[in-house]
Amino acid sequence: MSARTHPSSPLRVSDHPFLRGMDTAFLELLGENAHERTFETGTLLVREGDPADEFMLIFQGKVALEIMVPDHPRTTIQTVGPGEVLGWSWLTLPYRWRLDGRALKPTRVLEIGAAHLRSILDDHPAEGYQFLLRVLPVIAERLENTRLQLLDIHGI
Amino acid sequence: MSEDSVRVGDRVTIERHDFPAFLSSVRAAGYRIVGPTVRDGAIVYGEIGQESDLPIGWTERQEAGTYRLERRADAALFGYAVGPQSWKKYLFPSRERLWTVTRSDGSFQVTPEPTDGSPVAFLGVRACELAAIAIQDRVFGMASDPGYAARRRRVLRIAVQCGVAGGTCFCVSMGTGPAVQGNHDLALTEVLTPERHYFQVDVGSRAGAAVLASVPVRAASSRDVGLAEGVVAKTAASMGRKMNTEGIRDLLIDNPEHPRWEIVARRCLACTNCTMACPTCFCSTTEEVPELSVEKVERWRRWDSCFNAGFSDLHASPVRKTTQARYRQWMTHKLAAWFDQFGSSGCVGCGRCITWCPVGIDITEEVAAIRAAPGARKPSGGAP
Amino acid sequence: MASDVATAGGSVGLPSRHPWVPVPFTVEQRSTETPDTVSFVLVPPPGHRRLSFRPGQFNMLYVFGVGEAAISISGDFEETDRLVHTVRLVGKISQALHAVGPGDVVGVRGPYGTGWPTEEAVGRDVVVVAGGLGIAPIRPLLYEFLHHRDRYGRIEIIYGARTPKDLVYYNEIQTWRSHTDLRFQTTVDTAGRDWYGDVGVVTTRIPDTRFEPDRTVAFLCGPEIMMKLTAEALRARGVADDRMWVSLERNMKCAIGICGHCQFGPEFVCRDGPVFRYGDIRRFFSVREL
Repeated sequence: MSARTHPSSPLRVSDHPFLRGMDTAFLELLGENAHERTFETGTLLVREGDPADEFMLIFQGKVALEIMVPDHPRTTIQTVGPGEVLGWSWLTLPYRWRLDGRALKPTRVLEIGAAHLRSILDDHPAEGYQFLLRVLPVIAERLENTRLQLLDIHGI
Repeated sequence: MSEDSVRVGDRVTIERHDFPAFLSSVRAAGYRIVGPTVRDGAIVYGEIGQESDLPIGWTERQEAGTYRLERRADAALFGYAVGPQSWKKYLFPSRERLWTVTRSDGSFQVTPEPTDGSPVAFLGVRACELAAIAIQDRVFGMASDPGYAARRRRVLRIAVQCGVAGGTCFCVSMGTGPAVQGNHDLALTEVLTPERHYFQVDVGSRAGAAVLASVPVRAASSRDVGLAEGVVAKTAASMGRKMNTEGIRDLLIDNPEHPRWEIVARRCLACTNCTMACPTCFCSTTEEVPELSVEKVERWRRWDSCFNAGFSDLHASPVRKTTQARYRQWMTHKLAAWFDQFGSSGCVGCGRCITWCPVGIDITEEVAAIRAAPGARKPSGGAP
Repeated sequence: MASDVATAGGSVGLPSRHPWVPVPFTVEQRSTETPDTVSFVLVPPPGHRRLSFRPGQFNMLYVFGVGEAAISISGDFEETDRLVHTVRLVGKISQALHAVGPGDVVGVRGPYGTGWPTEEAVGRDVVVVAGGLGIAPIRPLLYEFLHHRDRYGRIEIIYGARTPKDLVYYNEIQTWRSHTDLRFQTTVDTAGRDWYGDVGVVTTRIPDTRFEPDRTVAFLCGPEIMMKLTAEALRARGVADDRMWVSLERNMKCAIGICGHCQFGPEFVCRDGPVFRYGDIRRFFSVREL
């Protein structure tokens, strides 16, 4: 399910698996406010506690989601890659990132401004509902995978 | 008749007063005799030196969780059903040294235990017990257990067809008795009438025929045979328990989540009496037993039980933690999984597990309950 | 003599050639794989016949004075003069094995059990998923694929561990990852800053694997929960139950189907397993405490 994107061709909102198949007019609206960004290896895409200002669609690369606990070495608890989205903290109050996101390799994303996206969703309730229906399975799967990590299924 | 040679398939009779001669003949043929004897308030298996060692005139009253010796009105030698012990006491001993290991020069050397080949006669083997021995023959034979094979080869099976059914017996349901079905060297049926006390003897093998060579015997008349058959028929008609075994393999394998398991588990103490008393239970464990010198250890095998803590330990934690899981394992194995593993039921209907359960759990009742209750269904086996 | 104990004595009896006697092998090499896992190379005594085993089988390893444990064979079956075993520290016997070093003697008997049915994979795509120490009985399977690569279609391997430190055969994994004719993905539950690989349970790697579901076989080995989740995830991708195999583990004392400890439903894991076709045992996987 990875986004098949040529390294140098422009990224398009409609190519990303998360949004593929949504109403074309709606996608164009999103696309108008989307800008591409590349993060070099080792740089942070997002920082815990910072305002969650952007909705990010990952097209290439790999992002480590890290928890920073005082007195603990930095710990990665999940990686996300092409075809996935970087979280939903921008969608729920207090609109702040809950984790650090660090590029493990050069990572290309499309960013859409969060405040703007939220108002588009408000103005287009039908498409907004469809959008939420796509967000929910992502959250559910992350939750299940996190639960499985708790079960130590790679142990012994 | 004693001049003619007795042959396999013959039916002869031995008078009661000639029984000591029969025992002597067995001994003269080189067998040590083990059989039923009264000890500690029960009929157990031990050495039989002479006729008076037998439980003459004794019987038992058996019920769930109950065993009482009682005196008979007559002097029958074998007028009881089965006691707490089974012949696995001799064929699959509760403790057995397999070998000795000696360490030297950094390496080790294993000396297997010499096998015990001395001939022994099992006197008084019931039909259910013959079936149980045949079942264990299969279990240990499949694993090529040399100790079992050696002990088994030297046994003369002198069976006795039951003249009385125990309160917990259900061999008829399991198809294992009370009439013997082959697997015997000699099969005795004790007949007591006001006029006569005698034993009909069915000769099942050459070894059996051989020990009769010097015993006063008569060919059995058709009246003799009729009386003997009547004894067995009467026993068959007075079974203490019944078990409906139709489709039992699927019934139990398909119902691991049946609510009945939780109900029976509330009573079960996991005391392992049932597995010790059961003539077919074969679980064992092994241990390294050091000798005083650090250079020598012995490998011992001893009885184990699926009810024991630690039995199912995997990485120091039991797979079957609850009594419920353990009871389910025992009963499902005995009555169902055994078919997959060894081609027959593991239960011979002897009733020992019912009699010797301190809380009186009755395996026939448990099967009936699982069959009867709604919720008997195939598990879906699917992911949630 | 009303004793139950069968000892020497009685009549004539030559010591029987007992079939379950361990043979003294010598440790040639010991290497540490992870903080709690070591591998041994064991060589047989002089004059011993050629060793042979199927990937997936196990031996009973014996430590004098302590006892025996069932340990999967983790080496290459083409090396017929040595055995490799990888042992994780989990109990009394493994603790004794961890204390063993080059020159020491370890008893071996086997091989026992069913192996991975590689003949079912010929001409098909293969998905291999290992979790934790499950990589040990999988490694001989990988050697089969590497030795006879052209017999098989696409080969996708996924290996998950708790942390990068817990990845067994780490150096060898780098070699396997360098092969262009198979894909080897690793993933861990948590990682620190030196890990640039995936973090998440093994099933999160499955969406990235490529195979033709109706001509794919899967070999799974690890904690039961991992195998169950992975099998269901592959099932959702269209792989048939009858084309997936799992390797189970149970308490073993005898390894020959006589002590009763290793039963899993009606199956003796030592004799009917440890490798089972998923379709045959799927119904038992969802029963608690079986």
